Amino acid sequence: MSHTAEASHHDDGSAVKEIWKVTLILSVLTIIELILGFWMMGINSEALRLAIKGSIVILMIAKAFYIVGYFMHLKHELKNLIMTIVVPLALFIWFITAFLYEGNSYKNLRNRYDPYKKAQTEIKVHKSEEVK
Amino acid sequence: MSTVTATAAPTKLWGGGKSPFNVEYGKLMMWYFLMSDAFTFGAFLISYGTIRFSSNGWPNPNEIFKSFPFAPEGVHAPLVFVSVMTFILIISSVTMVLAVHAGKQMDKNAVVKNLILTIIGGIAFLSCQAWEWNHLHSEGAWWGANPFLNADGTQSSTNFTNYFFTITGFHGFHVFSGVVINIIMLIMTLLDKFEKRGHYLMIEKAGLYWHFVDLVWVFVFTCFYLI
Repeated sequence: MSHTAEASHHDDGSAVKEIWKVTLILSVLTIIELILGFWMMGINSEALRLAIKGSIVILMIAKAFYIVGYFMHLKHELKNLIMTIVVPLALFIWFITAFLYEGNSYKNLRNRYDPYKKAQTEIKVHKSEEVK
Repeated sequence: MSTVTATAAPTKLWGGGKSPFNVEYGKLMMWYFLMSDAFTFGAFLISYGTIRFSSNGWPNPNEIFKSFPFAPEGVHAPLVFVSVMTFILIISSVTMVLAVHAGKQMDKNAVVKNLILTIIGGIAFLSCQAWEWNHLHSEGAWWGANPFLNADGTQSSTNFTNYFFTITGFHGFHVFSGVVINIIMLIMTLLDKFEKRGHYLMIEKAGLYWHFVDLVWVFVFTCFYLI
């Protein structure tokens, strides 16, 4: 307890400076995300859209890192504590990969073996009958 | 003492008599609660992703989230309103860090000032969300009702609105509880509870929760509005 109080007195100015630096980084990352989002609206190429979406996800993870690391102060905690929180969260890597793969696989299988369902999802709706 | 911990810490930390993680019990448990909450939100978002990957068509968010309060009818301003909401939450997160920092300095006035700013930010975010939900509801969107078409003009299922309202609703409920917690912190600060205790650790715990709410919004914002 006395140790932490001592440390905060010691780097008072630099701690506030760090807060504003991280704020700036978060704002810049958000603005880049928004620019990518606006740019993507006019793009029809499916591959390029996927690439932009991937970049947005990377920026999102960077933002999460800055919030957890600096705002939530996790970067300044003991390594053992960091590991008890970060290691379980690594399960998400498997989680996301497995479930998205599964969803995609389900779509492909259904499109192949259920032509009626596939045809149903390909009917264009006219704007006039949109109200239901 | 500090030199001793620096050199012989790895083995001595678990020798008893001190906290091996060098954090207070309540703060540690807040971290573990947030970790479990991260899995709850993660499960929601991954389920959303799975359903989206298994669908042949999906609505284009830019065609749905395109309105702005007090804007004329039929205005096309995609991403604008949600950017405002995102920045409100980031700024309120910053004022919360400043409140936690002021608490470490035992600076009561700065804690009060920054907590009030954080609460205002939280209420502003909730108001934005209330307006957006109300607007979408007036367009006919709700749980089990999806008036929007897929990006390619085909009929959309209700999955889109169900996930949108469930996940943003769950997040909004977290924001609401965060605002209530912050108000309680403000009252306790004004009553000098923390001054008497000699530390503002409680504000740090409330701060962790508030930052987590901001963190979740980063993911919700990306998954629903951007991609």
